[in-house]
Amino acid sequence: MRIGGLTPADPGAAPRFAVARATRASTVTLILAVPGILLLVALPAFASRVLLQELFYVFTMLALAQLWSLLAGSAGLISVGQQAFVGMGAYALFAFTVVADLDPVLSIVLAGVIAGLVAIPAALIVFRLRGAYFAIGTWVVAEVCRLILAQVKQLGGGTGTSLPPDVASSMAGLDYVRDLFAVRGPAARDIMTYWLALALAVGTFVLVYRLLRSRHGLALSAVGDSEAAAESTGVDVFRTKFLIYVLTAGATGMVGALIFLQKARISPDAAFSLIDWTAYVIFIVVIGGIGTMEGPIVGVVIFYLLQYYLAALGSWYLIFLGALAIIIMLFAPAGVWGVISRFFDITLFPVRRRLCLNTPRPNTDHRIHRGQNR
Amino acid sequence: MLGWIDTLLQGILLGGLYSLYATGLSVIFGIMRLVNLAHGDLIVLGAFLILAATSAGVPLAVACVVVVPLMFVVGYALQSVLLNRALGRNILPPLLITFGLSIIVQNGLLETFSADTRRLDVGPLQSASLPLGGGIAIGVMPVICLLSAIAVILLLNGVFYRTAVGRAFRATSDDVEIAQLMGINNRSIYAMTMGIALAVCAVAGFFLGARANFDPSIGPARLLYAFEAVIIGGVGSLWGTLAGGIVVGVAQTIGAHIDPEWQILSGHVAFLIVLVIRPRGLFPRAVD
Repeated sequence: MRIGGLTPADPGAAPRFAVARATRASTVTLILAVPGILLLVALPAFASRVLLQELFYVFTMLALAQLWSLLAGSAGLISVGQQAFVGMGAYALFAFTVVADLDPVLSIVLAGVIAGLVAIPAALIVFRLRGAYFAIGTWVVAEVCRLILAQVKQLGGGTGTSLPPDVASSMAGLDYVRDLFAVRGPAARDIMTYWLALALAVGTFVLVYRLLRSRHGLALSAVGDSEAAAESTGVDVFRTKFLIYVLTAGATGMVGALIFLQKARISPDAAFSLIDWTAYVIFIVVIGGIGTMEGPIVGVVIFYLLQYYLAALGSWYLIFLGALAIIIMLFAPAGVWGVISRFFDITLFPVRRRLCLNTPRPNTDHRIHRGQNR
Repeated sequence: MLGWIDTLLQGILLGGLYSLYATGLSVIFGIMRLVNLAHGDLIVLGAFLILAATSAGVPLAVACVVVVPLMFVVGYALQSVLLNRALGRNILPPLLITFGLSIIVQNGLLETFSADTRRLDVGPLQSASLPLGGGIAIGVMPVICLLSAIAVILLLNGVFYRTAVGRAFRATSDDVEIAQLMGINNRSIYAMTMGIALAVCAVAGFFLGARANFDPSIGPARLLYAFEAVIIGGVGSLWGTLAGGIVVGVAQTIGAHIDPEWQILSGHVAFLIVLVIRPRGLFPRAVD
């Protein structure tokens, strides 16, 4: 628990108030998270290849959902064009590995840089649009990226291309994994991509969590609540939004690169798919609960179960997802986690600051009592 | 040279279609500050409703006369039942509700009508053209489409600027709280707005189906063209929306003239350029 005291009236006295962010549940969660993640790291030793592939999907979707939730929930930047950065990252990976012959893992990092660089001019243009107009503007940007990459003949043009088998097997450390688990090449590749997905999911989570708990996170939620009020308290609104947009674009690009390294086949329609990389991600965040750390986790679990049992229904599955998102938006806008969190009064990953009394006294300062507990 | 004049003319005519796509969106933007992400899919829905009626043996003209008010009712219901519940300062709920709706409409059409490409049969009008001399000819259907776009705007402006109901619309658009103080029920105004927008969608759907092939998947692209037309024209001005539609149309035909693969891309690029040079559009309203 981090405790920061407000300056008391009497300098000699102990601070009467403390700003707390941790809760008992959050401390327990953090302690349990360590063995949990270690277990996931060790999973390839005893899990089936199918399970690893399924978890790969879950982890990549979780990372995308966490990033979208940061963008839309905290910064108020509702984008329906994040497929632009998934696609740019994916195509950058293909360019770096196939054309420039670089190591795939290094290429994932570079793909993130490329996606972030693409986001800079994109941000300068779409930030001219506000709120809901911004949403469609990001979509136009994604379409422009898709149409431009469909013209690049070296990367397969409109029909796409496959990753040569020797690219994926040139990953650094692959031989080591193969010997360690005594498996064949393709299985070792799945283990590597599984670890990378786990690393990206955990890395994204830690990044977003730490960001939201920092002073930048405070500035960000101020911007999300009211730009004018944020500006008046000294927040550089444009800079804050710009940095968050570019940062999430870069991370989204890395996830995109990893997804298509695993798929080993790319086409403009698949890489810039609105349904796969934005609609599903929005459903995950909306169902789980927007603007919290827990929401995307809950959402991705529900989404995975729905997908597992209902995806065979095809269009009806999508109709069902759309209807579910509408119902949740109307009747429980805070999502499933929002309902759980309110009912049990529990927060596992708190990003809010709560003011508590250090020593309960009857006649404390009333001004502080009325303060918002943000 | 003649080739370029021809390209320009075709672009202006295509712009007529795009401004029909955009007029409904522009009305919603102007009055509710709402973005309907299902707009393109609702245009396609209009086209499929007309198709379904004609397939059942209803004459085309009758089908249009029935589908336009039917879509008004759909829009009115959509706004009163769904979107009015999500009004407020937070734009996320209405945006995501229309996003969900877009997916529902698109996949619902796919289930009902399959992914086959369709076309509305408008008889000999389909291929009729007017020779303008010098080897340039313009299609009769595209000309009717552009004239209809102008007629729709004249009609809507007539309603908005010359009737008592129109005054209520403009008041709600200018300041919803003051309008409420004056006894205007903003929810019913919003429902009528969505009804009008969807009625225009039905008209746009007719021309979409009469001019080219359509299938359930093409809605989102229509939404983007419509959105670009609205922003290029300047939010809140219907004549601006017509101009915006023509800009997108001309940009697309010029792109296609250079390389057929560049048609769609050049429309989007024209939009981005306008956004950089004139972020508030070509004909912005004085106060927004």
